[in-house]
This record gives sequence, structure tokens and C-alpha cells, in this order.
Amino acid sequence: MSKAKENKKPKRWVGTSLRRKEDDRLIRGHGKFVDDNRLGEMLFLKMVSSPYGHAKILKVDVSEAEKLPGVVCTLTGTEVASLMQPFMEIGPEPGAKIVDYPMAVNRARYQGEPVAAVIAKSQAIAEDAAELVHVEYEMLDAVVTGEDAIQDKVILHESSGTNLVWRGLYEWGEVDKAFKEAAYVVNIDRLHFHRFTAAPLENNAILAHWEPDGRLHFWCNNSFPTFAIQFLAPALGLRLEQIHVKTEDIGGSFGVKITHYPQMAVCALASRKAGGRPVKWTETRTGNLTASGHCNERTYRNTRVALDKNGVIQAIESRQIDDCGAYTRYEPLGAVIWSQVVPGVYRVKNLRIDFAQVVSNKCPCAPIRGYSRLQHLWFMERVLDICSYELGIAADEMRLQNYIKPEEFPYTTPNGCVYDSGNYPKMLEIAKELVGWDRWVKKQQEAKKEGRMIGIGIGTTLDSGTNNFGQSRIINPYAPFSGNSEAANIKVDLDGNIVVSLGSTPQGQGHETTTAQVVADELNIHPDMVSVRTGFDTEWNTYTGHSGTYASQFAVTGLSAVHGAAQKLKKEMKKLAAYALQAKEEDLEFGVGNMGPELRVKGTDKSINYWGLANLVNVNNAGLPNEIAELTLNCRYIYRPPFQIPDLKRKYGNLTLTYAAQLHIAVVEIDPEMYTPKILDYAAVDDCGTVVNPMIVEGQVRGATAHGIGAALMEACVYDSVGNMLTSTFSDYTPITAVNMPKVHYGHIESPSPFSFNGAKGMGEGGGAALHAISAALQNALFEYGITIDDSFTTGNTLYDALVGKKVMQRANNVKVERGVA
Amino acid sequence: MRDQIPLVPIEVKVNGKSHKLEVEPRMLLVELLRDGLGLTGTHIGCDTTYCGACTVLLNGNPVKSCTVFAVQADQGEIMTVEGLAKDGQLHPLQSAFSEQHALQCGYCTPGMLMSSYSLLSKSPSVTDKDIVKGIAGNVCRCTGYQNIVKAIQLAAQQTKGR
Repeated sequence: MSKAKENKKPKRWVGTSLRRKEDDRLIRGHGKFVDDNRLGEMLFLKMVSSPYGHAKILKVDVSEAEKLPGVVCTLTGTEVASLMQPFMEIGPEPGAKIVDYPMAVNRARYQGEPVAAVIAKSQAIAEDAAELVHVEYEMLDAVVTGEDAIQDKVILHESSGTNLVWRGLYEWGEVDKAFKEAAYVVNIDRLHFHRFTAAPLENNAILAHWEPDGRLHFWCNNSFPTFAIQFLAPALGLRLEQIHVKTEDIGGSFGVKITHYPQMAVCALASRKAGGRPVKWTETRTGNLTASGHCNERTYRNTRVALDKNGVIQAIESRQIDDCGAYTRYEPLGAVIWSQVVPGVYRVKNLRIDFAQVVSNKCPCAPIRGYSRLQHLWFMERVLDICSYELGIAADEMRLQNYIKPEEFPYTTPNGCVYDSGNYPKMLEIAKELVGWDRWVKKQQEAKKEGRMIGIGIGTTLDSGTNNFGQSRIINPYAPFSGNSEAANIKVDLDGNIVVSLGSTPQGQGHETTTAQVVADELNIHPDMVSVRTGFDTEWNTYTGHSGTYASQFAVTGLSAVHGAAQKLKKEMKKLAAYALQAKEEDLEFGVGNMGPELRVKGTDKSINYWGLANLVNVNNAGLPNEIAELTLNCRYIYRPPFQIPDLKRKYGNLTLTYAAQLHIAVVEIDPEMYTPKILDYAAVDDCGTVVNPMIVEGQVRGATAHGIGAALMEACVYDSVGNMLTSTFSDYTPITAVNMPKVHYGHIESPSPFSFNGAKGMGEGGGAALHAISAALQNALFEYGITIDDSFTTGNTLYDALVGKKVMQRANNVKVERGVA
Repeated sequence: MRDQIPLVPIEVKVNGKSHKLEVEPRMLLVELLRDGLGLTGTHIGCDTTYCGACTVLLNGNPVKSCTVFAVQADQGEIMTVEGLAKDGQLHPLQSAFSEQHALQCGYCTPGMLMSSYSLLSKSPSVTDKDIVKGIAGNVCRCTGYQNIVKAIQLAAQQTKGR
């Protein structure tokens, strides 16, 4: 260790903004993403996709494509269906009757659905050949909204006979009583959460190699590979052991890369058909936008809110339709995941939600950043916000009235979830200070005199992390999963180096760095002395059935596993060192000496370095006593949070271990001529318990903020009535750029979680605070114009239609208040 | 290669090293760099000149190499992200990106670095507004951009100081 490092060594590495271990290779252009792999004899796959949202496939003719020199083989939907079993369905009937193959068989159900594939010696030849595949279609009527789909006038899946995937009534507390006793009842006819997508900058990419001996290798960027292989193995008739999945650097996922196992199956079948040659598929951006995965679109009908005279929400009831696109894939988990955050950040105790999920002729959904809770939290924020204006209570006051109070934590929600810790009023106070609330309120009043429309809005949200897979049984009592787990392995290598492998699939979250911080603290060494392997590999044997990177959990599941493995290793190292140094274990300490990391007898110069320990176990081990001979210095640990299976009848139980919170305030002005909303000021406050690396946490907050602002104002997956996706390139989808991004004032508090070993909470998803805050800011600006912000996506166009055309967002058509009910 | 189109001989200098190659007329510059020369630091993100992950310098100017033909680079000098560090020593922009946490997944980073390199080589005296304009054609899905602006400003200060 250099002197400089020794001097700078903090007491603990956890809690410091350590520069990331990942950065060096990435800033040099030496990162290794899937498409950077080049194998000998490698072939290239191009998908032929349906141009129709809904069509019968009458004929697929690949003969001309196969004649093109350089084309090795082709695949069609019919052929794929003959080579594999359909993917399993997570949910019960009627959704379970959907037959899901990775390619359209006889019928295409969304624009961009693969109908054939061409495998050729070069990408260019594959592209040429794809154009020579002739597909005859008969266009069918499409169904493109959840509200239409549930009427079953056009049915997507003949095998199911209905578009309904799942329907369930969620009811907690005494809803009818609360409505009877309410001082006010606010009725909101319709709210809508729009479709957008994650659009990671690296598209999906898969390199599959199905060797003639039956071993199937995937180099891919799937972000939940243990889930993928559990879908793939039965479908392809393989044992899990025959499937090898490896990820390295992943260019962002935000959840969307969880659901590309269908494309993995196509690439595998292509490799086998090509005689066991490796086949690479890299998705185009249009492919990614049209056929990768969108976030769940949700419509909230007939919402009724009961409030007391002070504006405290007593009960909510609502009928909700979740549109999951053409196939279920990860669904219908979204039909229960939202209930991790049933009351949002509020004390409401009585709820009745009639929840239905349907398929439509749109891209299938994926569990994208904020998955399902985001939609519900936006709903809760809209409900609270709309009620505040209807009752004439200031939006900030309304929140303070309704927030769960700091002294109420740990707080049990109406459905049995336990919010671990938090302090929402404090976050509001900090955010107000950061954004200059009072100054903006004054400016807003002055601007109003000039006819300018400025709004200030608050979004308070949760990022529930480390989920209990037992909640899937609320959807399907026979689902064979529950709890959660993550694995880690730490070893002292032959040369004395510490090597850690993880079960996660990081995509920018800095797991190599935070892992090294935890291990360095345990061993009292520098994080540079800890090697953390990049990515995920089934062959490392460092995974459980839950392993992966999703659902805001690494700080808890991943680091708990790392911590547990380090504890095991330390025990072994102590035992071994005590033997080697002829000392008592309690007299030993960990540290760094002249020969590198070591264990030494306190207060003496007697020590043994890691190489010495590794040597005793692996190389120079004759004559070791029995109690030492069992040591491996190679320790695997599995972390399991203490979950129970929920009460299925009551839909009650603890569904998530930790609840990080974010509170954002947006100041938005609506251009008086163009009606475009523009952000004037912005603050984001975060509370994810004890912070492992402040720089990384702030980075996640900023990133989630950009995603949310993009989604609120710029990014939407727009379809026309026949199922054409109108935003299928970046030029139409317009991902947020530096030009559109306001300066974000960042603040944070720490409410340590009592449920994680380190007090940390998972926090990568962010809970969509920006969407909530922007909707609230627009509401603040436009309530006096008779506008109710009823959609999560707002552009200049919609505001023009609202303010000038009086066609949309009209309060008079949507909201009704009953007073003095009680 | 539906019809046998003759290959075109070209000569390019990439990160100071000369290459004589024969390429298909339709080959894109990004394909030449990644597949022809194995310089996989330059990435493809959108195929349509929007996201800037493929940004490289061609004769000193930033271009999006997914919409430049390799033959257009004939006799040209190209600089990619792999050319930023000299003798293994990071360029100040590279260090600043790491220091300011201006990257997460790192997929946009090579393009971001090349756009900002181009910006600062014109003048290291830049306002934050100049920087935002300079990276307007580069999409990052992870960071929210603010740390990128900070990193470029830090590198600019350091460049001025030298």
C-alpha cells in the first residue's frame, strides 16, 4: 500500500465516496460489452419482425433468403414452435392459457414481434437476407388500450379466449364505514399512467453457442439471468447445469433486460441449427423501442376518496386496469407488486382496489425501474394532490396532514407491509429549502400578474427494496417461490489475493466498488486489495434462484451476502493464522504489513500474510492437523431476509424488507405561446438509510430523476389505433438530453433501516419521484384554469388541447366532490 | 453483398497508426473501427445519429461514426476513445469523469469523452452552457448529465491551468 493511501485511509471505507473500481476500464474504452465479443466461426442473426400490430401470418417464405450466399440458415415461428415448449406462465388461468413462443406462430400480436430469423456469416448479409424473407399477412383489428382490451371485442390469444390475464379484489380495513363517516368524498373518473420504456443505451445483445455436446453458452446482458434460465431450461428441454450464462459490462438495463429470454431461446436454436456455431444477435434501437419491453400502462377508473374535515384521507377505492402488452412474460407479477406500497407515504388505512390486468396489441411489458409501485405511487400522489386542490388545502399542508409520522416507524401498512424507517416531513423541509420554496411562491404570485403560469409541485415516493417473492402467491397460490436470497463468494487465491464473486448483474451501480468497501472494512485493508469479478457467471456457482440486479436490493441482499461470506472467511483465516503463528485467535488482528495484507499477533511482529495462509491450504499442506485441514479459504454465503409467506386470503404480509424514500420538488412554467412545460427549478432529497457510497447513491438519484423527467415530459411509447408504434426511433422517442435536464439541487437524510445488517436500504429505482413532482407542479399551475392533471405524460400538445381546445384534462368532466356526507 | 460489389481500398490513420484496408462501400466507419480494427471502445446505441455513443474525431471534428461510411474516412485521421490516454496515462477528461462520477454503466462514456474532447480542444474556456451544447448530441441514460457537465468543467479548468 502506498503511503498516500495509508495516510488517506478513513476509519471505515463504507460511507466514503470511493472512486469506482469499474471506471478505469470504462473510461479507457476497455469495457467489455456483449457486442464486443468476437468468437471464431461466429454467425450473425437478424430478426424479421411484424410490421403489423395484429395480423394473421398466412405464409413465411424463406427460400429466397436461404439462397443468398453467406446465409447459413433461417428460423420461422412454426419451426421454433416445433423445436421447443412454450414458456411457462407465472400466473394462473386465464393468463396461464396464453401460449408464449419467442416467435410469432400463425399470428403476430404486436408491431416488432419476430416472425422469422436469418443467420448469416456477416451482419450485412443477414440484413440483406432478412429483406428477402417474404411474409404474407392478413391484418386484423387491433386493441391498443386497456379499457378496450378488457371488453374482449378483439381477442389476442385464441387459446385463452379473453384478454384478461388476472383479476383480483384487494380490500383492507373498513372501506364502506369510512365512506359513510367521511366529511368529503372526491370522485375522480379517470387517471392514466402512460407507457414509456427504459431505453438503456446498450440494446439487448446475446451471443449464444449451443455446442454439439449439448452445453449451451450465453454471453448476454440479461439482468436477471437466474430467472431467464429457469424459463429457458424447461422450454428447451435442458437441465440448468447445461446452460452457462455469463454477463460482463452491461450498458444499462433499468429492468428492461430482464425479459429478453425469448430472444435468448431464438439465438440458442439458431446456433444449434447452424451446426453448433456461435450466433450473435444485437438488437437495433428500433427493435429495442418496439419489441424489448415497456413499462406497465395503467388506467384508474371510478376512484373515490373519503376524507375527514381536515383533509386526512380515510379511504380510497378504485378500479384499475393494467395493460401488460401482448404477452405476459414477467407478468402478472405487476398485479401484486404495487401492493408493496399500498398507502404510499400516507396513513390511509382503508382501501379497496379492483385490479385487472389485460393483454393488448402492444409490446410486452418488462419490470422497468420503479416497476408497478411507480404506477401506484403516481396514483396515490395524484389522488392526494387532486384532493388538496378540491378541498382548498395547500399541497404541502395536505401532505404534512397525511404523511406517516416519523415516530410511527416501523409502520405496518393496511396490508401488513412494514415500513422500516423514515422521516417525510424532514425531507419536505430540506427540499423546500433547497429549491427556495418561499422565494418561488412569491415569484409565482408576481408572475401570475403578468399572465404567466408557474406551478410548484411536490412528489413524495417510496423505493421498496428486497422483495418477498412470496407475494407472487397472492397472484398464484401454486407459485413455487417465496422469500428472497443472494449469494456471494470470497476466497483467498493461491497468491494471497482476495477475490470476490457476486450473484448480481450490475449495469452501472458500482457493485465492484461497494463490495470492495465492505470487504476492506472487514479485513482492515484497502479496497484496491480486493478483486471483485465483473458481472455474473453461472460457472462461479455464486447464485441462488433470486440472484440478479433488480428491485432495489443490492445494498441489502448483495452486501449482506458479501458481509456474511467475509465473516466466514475471517473465521477461517483466524483459525489458520492461530495455528501457523502458534497464537490464540483472540490475540490476532487483521491489517496490512510490509508483506501486504496479513494477520498478526497484537503488539508483536509475529505475522502471516495472505499468501502464507493460502499456501498452507492449497500448496504446502502436508502434515496439517485435521481441524485445519477442513479449511478452504473459499467461502460461499447465502443471505436470506426473514420473510414469511403472506396470508393469501387477506392479501396480507410483509412484501418488502426496506423502504427508501425520495421527495422531489419541481417548479414548472408553461410557455404562454407554445404551452410547453419547462422546468425552472428542481430539488431531490433522498433517504436510503445508511449510505454505503454517497457518490454512487447521489448518482442513482440523479439518474432516476432524469428518467422521471424524461418520462413525464418527453418519452412515451405512442401507438395509433391499429397498433403502429409512432415513437420507434430515438428521433421520435426523444430520450432526455443534457439540454432538457434542469440543474437538480440534491439533499439527503439517513434513516437507518433496522432490518439490514448495515442500516442500508436498496434505492436504485427511485420510485418515479420526478413524475409525481411534475404532475403536481402542473396541477399547481393549472387548477385555476379548470384543469386536472390526469395523465402522467404531459407535453405542449396536451396542454394546448387542455387550455385552448378544452378537450382533455377538463376538471369538470373528471372530478366531482361530495361535501358534508357525514 | 447481394451483388458482388468490388471492395474499395482505403487508408486511414487511427490513433496515430496507419491502416491500409479493403472495405465494402457500404461499411460504416463504426463497423470499420469495431470489426475491422477491433477498437470496441466506440459503441453503437441508436443507429440513427441521435445518441452519440459512436462519436469519434475525423480529421479533428466529432462525427457520429454510425452514419459515416468507412470510405468517407479514406486518407483521414481518426481518433477514438482508445487514443485519449497517452502511454497509459489518462487524459484529464478521463480522470475527471471518474472523479466526478460522470459515468455509471459506461456505455455512452466513449462518445461523451470524444465530444467533450472536441469541445475543449477548440477552447478550454467554456461555460456550463457551452458544455451542455457540446454534449447535446450525446445521450446518457444513467447519470442525469449534471456530473458529466461538472467533469468536463473540471477538466477544462485543469487544461487551462497547464
